[in-house]
Amino acid sequence: MFYREAGDFKKTYSADNQTFPIKIDRVGYYLALVVAFLVIPFVINDYWANAILLPFLIYSIAAIGLNILVGYCGQVSLGTGGFMAVGAYACYKLMTSFPDVNIFFHVILSGGITGMVCVLFGLPSLRIKGFYLAVATLAAQFFLVWLFNRVPWFYNNSASGQINAPERMVFGVPVTGPNTEAWATYLFCLVFLVLSAIIARNLTRGMAGRKWMAIRDMDIAAEIIGVNPLKAKISAFAVSGFFVGISGALFFALYLGAVEVGEAFGITKSFLVLFMIIIGGLGSIFGSFAGAAFLVLLPVVLKVVGVDMLGWPTDIVAHLQLVIVGGLIIMFLILEPHGLAQLWRVAKQKLRLWPFPH
Amino acid sequence: MSNESYVTDDGRTIGPTVMEMKNITLRFGGVKAITDISFDIREGEIRAIIGPNGAGKSSMLNVISGFYVPQEGEVWYKGAKRPPMKPYQVAGQGIARTFQNIALFEGMTVLDNVMTGRLRQMKANIFEQAIWKGKAEREEVENREKVERIIDFLEIQAIRKTPVGRLPYGLKKRVELARALAAEPSILLLDEPMAGMNVEEKEDMSRFILDMNDEFGTTIALIEHDMGVVMDLSDRVVVMDYGKKIGDGTPDEVRNNQDVIDAYLGVAHD
Repeated sequence: MFYREAGDFKKTYSADNQTFPIKIDRVGYYLALVVAFLVIPFVINDYWANAILLPFLIYSIAAIGLNILVGYCGQVSLGTGGFMAVGAYACYKLMTSFPDVNIFFHVILSGGITGMVCVLFGLPSLRIKGFYLAVATLAAQFFLVWLFNRVPWFYNNSASGQINAPERMVFGVPVTGPNTEAWATYLFCLVFLVLSAIIARNLTRGMAGRKWMAIRDMDIAAEIIGVNPLKAKISAFAVSGFFVGISGALFFALYLGAVEVGEAFGITKSFLVLFMIIIGGLGSIFGSFAGAAFLVLLPVVLKVVGVDMLGWPTDIVAHLQLVIVGGLIIMFLILEPHGLAQLWRVAKQKLRLWPFPH
Repeated sequence: MSNESYVTDDGRTIGPTVMEMKNITLRFGGVKAITDISFDIREGEIRAIIGPNGAGKSSMLNVISGFYVPQEGEVWYKGAKRPPMKPYQVAGQGIARTFQNIALFEGMTVLDNVMTGRLRQMKANIFEQAIWKGKAEREEVENREKVERIIDFLEIQAIRKTPVGRLPYGLKKRVELARALAAEPSILLLDEPMAGMNVEEKEDMSRFILDMNDEFGTTIALIEHDMGVVMDLSDRVVVMDYGKKIGDGTPDEVRNNQDVIDAYLGVAHD
């Protein structure tokens, strides 16, 4: 009734092609931006930032990156944790080697470095597909974690083998180190998330995205109509690595502050981000957000409901979470392979006609 | 090889040779799929390749589109010998094709499928696309206009935002044709464009092929089993059987060729 496109005529192809073609969506998008930038920073506290908002923002970036590779280009990757570690260690080395440069550039550079590493491990994708490629990226995961554990240069020979984020300022406000405030780290991550999402959206609606999807849907046909499979796959790995690297750098520098690679960027991280995009929706930027939000919120909600309200023991609630996530993934794979994003689309489709059945 | 143009009975101009196959032989291990075949395709004509099942027609098309590299023989394109190429390089030279069993990108919309056909014309690099404003958006709009013209032409306006996976067979064939046509190819290869269609759909498709040739001047090489359609549409026909060329000429010449009649109707074994 209220949500509809009737009467909303597009007069140019640019208008027809925009991200939110329906007016109410557009309004919602700007409203969300205003709330995120102008309201939340004033009401945020440490609990909200550390338990929900920062992980959500950072995992969303990682999910967008992985979604470009898996959802858009169809190349399965289980190396996300390892690539996030590359971002984190690149950021650490840059922060300690060039302390005068703004951390903003460090994070972007870390993304670039991760993109290059990702391309390196993506090269086998030209020869192998599906499960075999997944195993090759799994090798990347274990190799990278091993590398950052074993080569002291990466952690500047620190005795503990950990890396610690030194204090860095943006506009005179500390965003890393022990003296940060919730709103500053939140805004810093938010800027990166918004930029990442816009870039990802631009790439996926343009020719780059069409080439990736062509490779995903039918690689032989893609080649016949002129897609260079080498370039398409490599560019997907590079862009994906760029976003995953940024998220790794933020995860280390702003969220954790101190990282032990095996713990923070182990194989479980790879699976977590993969689950996010499966539950959220493969091949959808919105799905990356939805999946990240869902898997970040689920443990929090379970804890509030299970421990605080029902008084269950914490270990049972923790195990329950694994059961629920596992069950949900199977459910989504069978019932709705396009995830929450598709449910959202179906809901909007229904809303367009509401309250009429047809 | 010929350089002169001539005008057909129905008033279309057939230009000089654009592609020439010289003594092509293709083997898969011990099996000879194509044996010593030569023929040419002239600019602006509709060239048909026909023959019974297993005659090597599709293999021939795959040789032209760079999918198979023949063991012997040369492919001459626009007056130059073509070195062995990857399929995407062949596409880059302006040779587009459709497939016998539809090869569309099922997860993408019709519009995206057809737009993908124009990747040769869209040159914005990945950074320009990431920024979007400026060159990438301008190119997108320009090419969208061209694509819309093709969508109009093939009468698929109503389904332009539908994912291809949901379309029925006949429409998919049309979308595939649109995608190939969007590339503005010098030669358009159609592998059985009418396979599995009913009479009405065949008539539609024939009309599209003729109009394409007439309006855009597209050179078309097609494989087809429906003899009536082939004889009506094409300017010249190559007939293959068991990997060999047994006939080449206008539909009338081919129709009266004894080898062709034998291949299709069989000969008495005594």
